[in-house]
Amino acid sequence: MNFFNIINQLAEVDPDVMGRLDTRRSVFNSLTSMSKRAAMAAGPALLASFFTKAYAGTTAGDPKEVFNYALTLEYLEADFYNKMIASPYFSTASAAAQAAIRQISKHETAHVNLLKAVVTGIGGTPTPAVTFKSATFASLTSFAAQLQVAQLLEDTGVRAYKGRAGDLLGLADVTITGIGTINPLQSALQIHSVEARHAAHIRYMRNQTPWITGTGDLDSQPHYTGAIPESNTTQSNVNLIAANSITPNTTYSAADAAASFDEILTPAEVTDNSRAGGLIGA
Amino acid sequence: MSEHSFSPAWRAQPLGRRGFLRVSAASAATVALVAATGCDTSTPEPVLPDPNLITLPAGDNGLLYSLYLLALAKATLYQKIYETPPTDLTTAERAIFSDLRDHEVAYRELLHLILDPNYLDPTKAAQLFPTDFAFKLTSFTLTTRAGVLVAAQQLEDLAAATYPVMVPLLTSSNPYQRVLLLKAASVQARHAAVVRDLLAPGSFANDDVVNAAGQLKPKTPVEVNTALAPFFAPYVISVANLPVPVL
Repeated sequence: MNFFNIINQLAEVDPDVMGRLDTRRSVFNSLTSMSKRAAMAAGPALLASFFTKAYAGTTAGDPKEVFNYALTLEYLEADFYNKMIASPYFSTASAAAQAAIRQISKHETAHVNLLKAVVTGIGGTPTPAVTFKSATFASLTSFAAQLQVAQLLEDTGVRAYKGRAGDLLGLADVTITGIGTINPLQSALQIHSVEARHAAHIRYMRNQTPWITGTGDLDSQPHYTGAIPESNTTQSNVNLIAANSITPNTTYSAADAAASFDEILTPAEVTDNSRAGGLIGA
Repeated sequence: MSEHSFSPAWRAQPLGRRGFLRVSAASAATVALVAATGCDTSTPEPVLPDPNLITLPAGDNGLLYSLYLLALAKATLYQKIYETPPTDLTTAERAIFSDLRDHEVAYRELLHLILDPNYLDPTKAAQLFPTDFAFKLTSFTLTTRAGVLVAAQQLEDLAAATYPVMVPLLTSSNPYQRVLLLKAASVQARHAAVVRDLLAPGSFANDDVVNAAGQLKPKTPVEVNTALAPFFAPYVISVANLPVPVL
């Protein structure tokens, strides 16, 4: 399966998403010089200001908007796994593989229900459901091809939740009928960690490393790139692969340094046509 | 990292163990005195300060110490498995454990550097813990594949469950530490998933670790400390100063 070809076929996107992307793209265009990109990779503060710009017009840090964003991605994943289970290729998979997909599907549906309740509970209106584009799904003509997309969805999901953590930071605990008292950021991170378990398992099913080392068969896809790519080896302003950077007389490999940390994707990057944005449709 | 704050009280603590012993001796003398003069049964028993008590500082540093201890625990376990792998551990599985070791060493060292910015300068570096402080592996069975996987699962599930709790508790305006831990949180979950899959195929996100809402079941700093406590004996870690999450 050539993922880029599939993406190229997806001309029509939700017009609302497209409108938002256009404004965000102009932000990207203003940040194309190498030096600015380098500064962005090094400075979360700068990234935060970039994010605020990308979301000018919407309220950055509005938890209703953040949870609706997460809900959209969960709708996409939940529908994808429903389609996978209903697909004629599902029965070609081993019993263990089928059980794993059912377990993951159960979680994604639970995430949708939880996030709908959270959005409602904090006074918002849950965003309308989205689906995984049928034409794209139809082009995945084997269980293995579907599993590739599952890996991309899960790894993107992990990065997407991280990209909004800053917007939930410091929000007060809220009590939601039927759920109880939650800390918004903790609650989101508990979902994000389950997405990471899914990602690790699907990668393992596909004979990939459970973590992103840069040597995987899909690691060059847009889902692993971005302003801060998964190949990043600088953390907390420390270049982990420089000699003696964190341990006297020790140098770490780039694969280890990159795999030890999962990187964020901004909403603009996630909803870009090359990633989750291109998979949403009728 | 310039705005990093280090708790002076904590820094002095490992060097001040003699002070603890003196306090402990004085208390023992008090007990002897009370015993000699006869004591009323209603008098509360004096509590001896434990010379092996290590109290983690309040605030962000306490959380960072707690995560440092988790990384120390895992790095110690994986280094041992790397050096003397069980004979029934396959080559592919050894490669996974090698990666696990490398990741945990990176976390341990980065957290060490955050807790002591002078870590890389031998003339200025502080000692975070007493020299004989260690994560002890004696209660694990590390001579079989099943044994090392049970040990790894115990620690990885613990770490994966507490990162989502600890990250929101950080209050520093310095984003670096928070972002670092946020980025490591999902890798902890990946670790936990794969060691679970190796031990019991398909158990990567079983209902024992994921709740009905599809969320990882959380663990508080106190729960983590309780789980690790037997391995750090005779030292006793207190997390009484750490922030308490809502669960």
